[in-house]
Amino acid sequence: MAKRPFHALKVIEYGEDISAPYCTRLLAGLGAEVIKVEKPGSGDIARNHGPFPKGQAHPEKSGLFLSLNANKMGITLNLEKKKGQDIFKKLIETADVLVENNAPGTMEAKGLGYNTLKEINPKLVMTAITPFGQKGPYKDYKAYNINCCGTGGMSVGVGDPKREPLTMPFSQGGYQAGGTAATAVMAALLARRKSGKGQYIDVSETEVWATTHTGQNVLNEGFKGISGTRKGIHGGKVYPCEIFPCKDGYVSLIAPQIEQWKRLVAVLGTPEWSKEPRYRDRKAIAEQYPDEVNAKIIPWMMEHTKEEIYKLCQDNRVPAVPVYDIAETVNHRQLKEMNYFVELNHSEAGKLKYAKGPCTFEKADWEWQKAAPLLGENNEQVLCERLGYTKTEMTALKKSGVI
Amino acid sequence: MQSLEGYRLLDFGTAVAGPQTGQLLADMGMEVIKIETRTKLDGLRLGRPTVGPEIAGTDESKWLDMQPVFHVLNRNKLSFTINLKQLGAMDVFARLIKISDVVSDNSSPGVMERLGLDQASLEKIKPDIITITLTGCGESGPMRDTLVYAPLIIALGGLESTLGYADDKSPMNLVPGYGDTNASIHAAFAVLAALWHREETGEGQHISLAESYAVTSLLGEATMDYLMNGNIPGLQGNNHPALCPHGNYPCQGNDKWVAIAVDTEADWKNFCTAIGVPEWLKDKRFADKATRLKHRADLDKLIAAKTIKFDKYDITNVLQKVNVAATPVLNCEDQLADPHFLANKTFYEIQHPVIGKEIFYSNPARMSETPPAFRHHAPALGENNDHILTKLLGYSQQEVADLVKQQIIF
Repeated sequence: MAKRPFHALKVIEYGEDISAPYCTRLLAGLGAEVIKVEKPGSGDIARNHGPFPKGQAHPEKSGLFLSLNANKMGITLNLEKKKGQDIFKKLIETADVLVENNAPGTMEAKGLGYNTLKEINPKLVMTAITPFGQKGPYKDYKAYNINCCGTGGMSVGVGDPKREPLTMPFSQGGYQAGGTAATAVMAALLARRKSGKGQYIDVSETEVWATTHTGQNVLNEGFKGISGTRKGIHGGKVYPCEIFPCKDGYVSLIAPQIEQWKRLVAVLGTPEWSKEPRYRDRKAIAEQYPDEVNAKIIPWMMEHTKEEIYKLCQDNRVPAVPVYDIAETVNHRQLKEMNYFVELNHSEAGKLKYAKGPCTFEKADWEWQKAAPLLGENNEQVLCERLGYTKTEMTALKKSGVI
Repeated sequence: MQSLEGYRLLDFGTAVAGPQTGQLLADMGMEVIKIETRTKLDGLRLGRPTVGPEIAGTDESKWLDMQPVFHVLNRNKLSFTINLKQLGAMDVFARLIKISDVVSDNSSPGVMERLGLDQASLEKIKPDIITITLTGCGESGPMRDTLVYAPLIIALGGLESTLGYADDKSPMNLVPGYGDTNASIHAAFAVLAALWHREETGEGQHISLAESYAVTSLLGEATMDYLMNGNIPGLQGNNHPALCPHGNYPCQGNDKWVAIAVDTEADWKNFCTAIGVPEWLKDKRFADKATRLKHRADLDKLIAAKTIKFDKYDITNVLQKVNVAATPVLNCEDQLADPHFLANKTFYEIQHPVIGKEIFYSNPARMSETPPAFRHHAPALGENNDHILTKLLGYSQQEVADLVKQQIIF
């Protein structure tokens, strides 16, 4: 087998839930050795999250946990105990990257802050992902994805303007923070090739929303007032940018260019209303009466299925697509042709399909070799084979609750 | 020093996803050259600038360099205007390819190939070149030529079908262009992964990122429920499978909200006590998390009637003091005045030479040794032609004049 792109990288993850595990998933999928350190007993909270087969909770069968932790080795370590901290430091000696997502100050309190760890390994790239970052008045705020999405300026852009803002479904912020952290880790590793030095990276999930995702709104604010706020089923500055109901579901349609709008009107059969001046000023429609125009288009939509609309519109170069549910997306022929999923067998959860990754590499692609680790699955392998602990010492560590 | 000094990327990106990929990398010190030509401009340079008539004026020829959103997505880059369809242009461009590491684009599938700029063609000029193409649905397969914009990406990717109120039928449109911004974050990562691979093996390669399915790849939780149980998630609202209360609740003022998430029984007790409703602790409907989840809709209404009496910052303080996750829901105007963003300089002012003050967002990777930084405003069209031709490619002033005359540089 060809060498994996990250074959020589050793990564330690002391994280849970989504952000840190997603960051290291990106690294593990490209061949990095990732040792995931979990708390003895309960482990990563994503193990409690589900979904579970038949809804029955089981720490080795949580869909969220499984989807995030393939290819990783798993060990348990009690970092409240001195012995646990010592073992952690030994792991750090030979590691390239540490990714953690504990509350600010947690690592320092255990004697495992960056200033200590860099003495042990000056080449270490340590990344901390938190809701609000390591600095600033909200750094110690308790926060979940819904909080970061809200303060980060994303939620105000989702939903009906007359109702409450909506958070992004399925904890998207965790993935965005994890992806941003993975990019920074790679930048730091490339810099290290020249400098020989590691560094500390601080990623705030709220800030990722406020910058890369919605930061353009702040720029507009300076010139034309608040932008980026929700418009219900509508969107965009010119009509249409709409979610339309149709015969068997919904379609999403947008036609910002005048030629696209003309072609859409032709697809609709050039109805009489389309010739009236009131329906030609597409900025005015978007700002003042999109529902009125939708009401004229919806009857046509309701006569067609989403696949028919997709074909009729796209054949005429009008950007419209079906709103696919999860099953329709997962089962789509396009994903089959892309070899989008890989099947992995897990000793407890069985065979399941896993998304390979967000893109494909021509030569050094994602490779998924094993499903997520059982809690403490690799304790012996890591402690005995790597760090040289004897079986007797292992037993003592188990007894004292260190592993 | 910055992380990516010494690497050069040729950026064929237009609109958001492509240019933002370049922006994230340029912030980290990569030399990103925006490849443009007057015969086919980035759409974000076009149209009436949002800066107001007093700045924009009526001279439309100047508008190309007056677009704020273009400026933030193309900061720290150089601009090189070369018309690759002009006879002789590829000779010039080949010299640039030879000294570059990455070529990125988000054109329609097949466009780069037709221009002779795909991986196979470029490898003949620079054997270890890395190319990355961002498309809606991939570069092959039945969906390949689907025409998409950001809202359509999340519709195809499966996310849109879950975005809406649980008591409603229709999905909601997403105003921010999540399909694009998600793609740019992952494209930036992919470029660096490929550079790392090249450093280790000497090998270049092509990366293909299908924006729709980059979104799908973040839906493991929902996908697994379908694969395990055949469940198809519907509109999610603000519901969380394991946290309750969990939502955005109204506060004093117009369109003001607080985001609250309650996990443990201790959180629940602290929450009820802090907002002055200890009687809820005795209500059978809310006795434990399982019953609270069952009566979620009732509970949300009761909470809304309480939170509406508070300012969004005040209730945040009240609840955070007792260790309950509550934070203000902010729009962009709020963010500019928010103490946390101010303390972290999340947004900062720059002076653009043509339109003056602009408020930029920072790069969210806070790196201790090689921090991303703002170095240079977005380039005017062709601003760096001379520098690139003479300093990087070694053309004489006379040769440059000839290239301009032949409209190769255009």
